[in-house]
Amino acid sequence: MDPKHVIICRCSDVTLQDLYDLFEQGYDSFEELKRIKRVGMGPCQANTCGKMVQWEIAKYFNRPLEDVKFQNMRPFTLGVKLKSIKEAADDEE
Amino acid sequence: MEHKEVVIIGAGPAGLKAAKSLLDAGAHVTIIDRNKKLGGQLTKQTHKFFGSEKQFASFRGIDILELLVQDLGRYAERLNILNETSVVGLYKDKVLSCVKHDRYFKIKAKRIIMATGASEKHLPFENNDLPGIYAAGAVQTLMNEYGVKPGHKVLMVGSGNIGLIVSYQLMQAGVQVVALVEAASSISGYLVHASKIKRLGVDILTRTTIKKALGTDQVEKVVIWDVDDTWQGIKRTERTLHVDTVCISVGLAPLTELLMQVGAEVTYVRELGGNVPIINPYYETTVKGVYACGDALGIEEASSAMVEGALTGMFVAEDLGYTLEESTQKIKALKSELTFLRSGPHAEKIRTGYMKVGVKT
Repeated sequence: MDPKHVIICRCSDVTLQDLYDLFEQGYDSFEELKRIKRVGMGPCQANTCGKMVQWEIAKYFNRPLEDVKFQNMRPFTLGVKLKSIKEAADDEE
Repeated sequence: MEHKEVVIIGAGPAGLKAAKSLLDAGAHVTIIDRNKKLGGQLTKQTHKFFGSEKQFASFRGIDILELLVQDLGRYAERLNILNETSVVGLYKDKVLSCVKHDRYFKIKAKRIIMATGASEKHLPFENNDLPGIYAAGAVQTLMNEYGVKPGHKVLMVGSGNIGLIVSYQLMQAGVQVVALVEAASSISGYLVHASKIKRLGVDILTRTTIKKALGTDQVEKVVIWDVDDTWQGIKRTERTLHVDTVCISVGLAPLTELLMQVGAEVTYVRELGGNVPIINPYYETTVKGVYACGDALGIEEASSAMVEGALTGMFVAEDLGYTLEESTQKIKALKSELTFLRSGPHAEKIRTGYMKVGVKT
């Protein structure tokens, strides 16, 4: 298997090789991977890649899946246009 | 900002049943769903259900959905449906931020029920981004809702009930299922579904998984291989199959992103599919006034989701001060129904999972 051709995060085009490179450098948490590679920060907000990232961390560092913390979730779950938010704010005034 | 009494997020089997209980009790209910048509996964379930007679066994999912929606019809004046609406944020003061057709707005609710269901898991393999690789749910949407075939020759990955049922539905639509691979050593769905497709000539290969997909602009071939006890591929067992479609059906994960946003405590339970919220016996999460039911609590069948929804609706109604007729008996009956649905050998995983989070099954 060539990890360069295994897509983990399709929103931000992060491959399994990208994760391996970061693991190699000692990054072992979802939050760190996300800050460096944007994995989980795209339109799907980790709905597709999240479980795979957890699994790959567990496998690489030989930890139980239960001990691999998921990323912190923050609003919004989807992309929202700034225009939409501005219009809502204008209406409130 | 609009103020609502109860907001239910998700109009699948759990959400619709929760709505029914609350409306029966006299509450005002707002249902929010991102799709146009209510029903969640029921909208694509053209197959007949198992489970229990009380939960529509032998009915098709699409027909159950009609019945559930009809049930709400007489409460039109207390029911508000926001379809094609996504909840994009959930905050501690029970404010929800929503988007409908690019219109952004906020709702404040007295009580919130998360009936958000689940999302599909994906697999890491080589070229897993080639066109022609679908999740099983997407294939069901294409075929059963839109009448579109995903391809001509399919490799199905995963032998859970969804994988087995979708394989059969693909064949009904005239699509060839070249093989079904399963990494575990046995079929994980009901054998009655498996034997149906086996009889129609589909090879069901256990201890086998997909190694890679091949093709230039889309899937043209796949390489499958045997796996060992730790699900690692075994060298020199590779075989090539000519397919134009790969259908991934390797399980579902509870959709708990909004619960995590609002700070509800979640914990990873592999038997339940992923991160699940901690709930009390009344289906309330660790955030007061925010409840959860259905697949958001752990992956099960639609029948259990309906019972959990009905129960949660009753608990929320009581919490709001409504008195329900014969509530003790009704709650008892629903609970024993849940116990029955979770009693078979196939539900062992679910029982183990719920035990880990302290939910009585």
